[in-house]
Amino acid sequence: MTCTEFLAQLDDMLDQDAALPLRADLQEHLRECDHCEVTLSTTRKTIEIYRSHELYELPDDLRERLHKAILAKCKKC
Amino acid sequence: MAAYEKLVRQYDRQVFRIAQHIVQNREDAEDVVQDAFLKAYEKLNQFQGNSKFYTWLVRIAVNESLMRLRKRRTGKMVSIDEDVETEEGSMPRDLADWSPDPEALYGQSEMADILRRTIQGLPPGFRVVFVLRDVEGLSTEETAETLGLSIPAVKSRLLRARLQLRERLSRYFKRRNGQAQAQGQDGEK
Repeated sequence: MTCTEFLAQLDDMLDQDAALPLRADLQEHLRECDHCEVTLSTTRKTIEIYRSHELYELPDDLRERLHKAILAKCKKC
Repeated sequence: MAAYEKLVRQYDRQVFRIAQHIVQNREDAEDVVQDAFLKAYEKLNQFQGNSKFYTWLVRIAVNESLMRLRKRRTGKMVSIDEDVETEEGSMPRDLADWSPDPEALYGQSEMADILRRTIQGLPPGFRVVFVLRDVEGLSTEETAETLGLSIPAVKSRLLRARLQLRERLSRYFKRRNGQAQAQGQDGEK
């Protein structure tokens, strides 16, 4: 398996829905290829970091203001 | 109306986050939240139970967000339909491992700042796929349905978005690691 072929399967690997025989194939490539190993681990970490950080919080005061505005507009419909 | 208020409370944070990610501007995101919930209310009778209310609402919010973005960038096309041809992210270049753990190198707000800057650099068509799929946790099928894209198109954009973000974050982390090491060496002298 080449690195390009591995990369084409990276999403399945990350989403863990690769078929079992394919996974064995991918695992074998990973054992031999440091570059792909790092690509997989750091891409996985990328997703984890984005999931675990709240980048755009909705503050309570703004939230209440938006609710009032939304409901007032809906009532006029 | 009370039932609808419950729905607003249930989904407002997600809609606000998605809108912010697309429009990258808080005032526009506030408008999108209002317009999306109002439109959804007006069209409630068109909502067909064969998709989840949330994905239907997100679809409305994404369309509203893209419209805002187009208005702001008059003359410049903003579309999630066109595939963005870019070499970046097609093959990983920066292959240094991330150790020590980058989250140990930065404070919460500094990391959030880096993450915002990094994701803002992605083309809108990649950004929205990454946000819906990886941040908001929609399935590939739901993301495709929400954006009106094919499943292969979602998969292709998601892969490139993930690789581009990884590459860009790598550059940040490498710089910080280099600084930490240089400081360590200075300290030893």
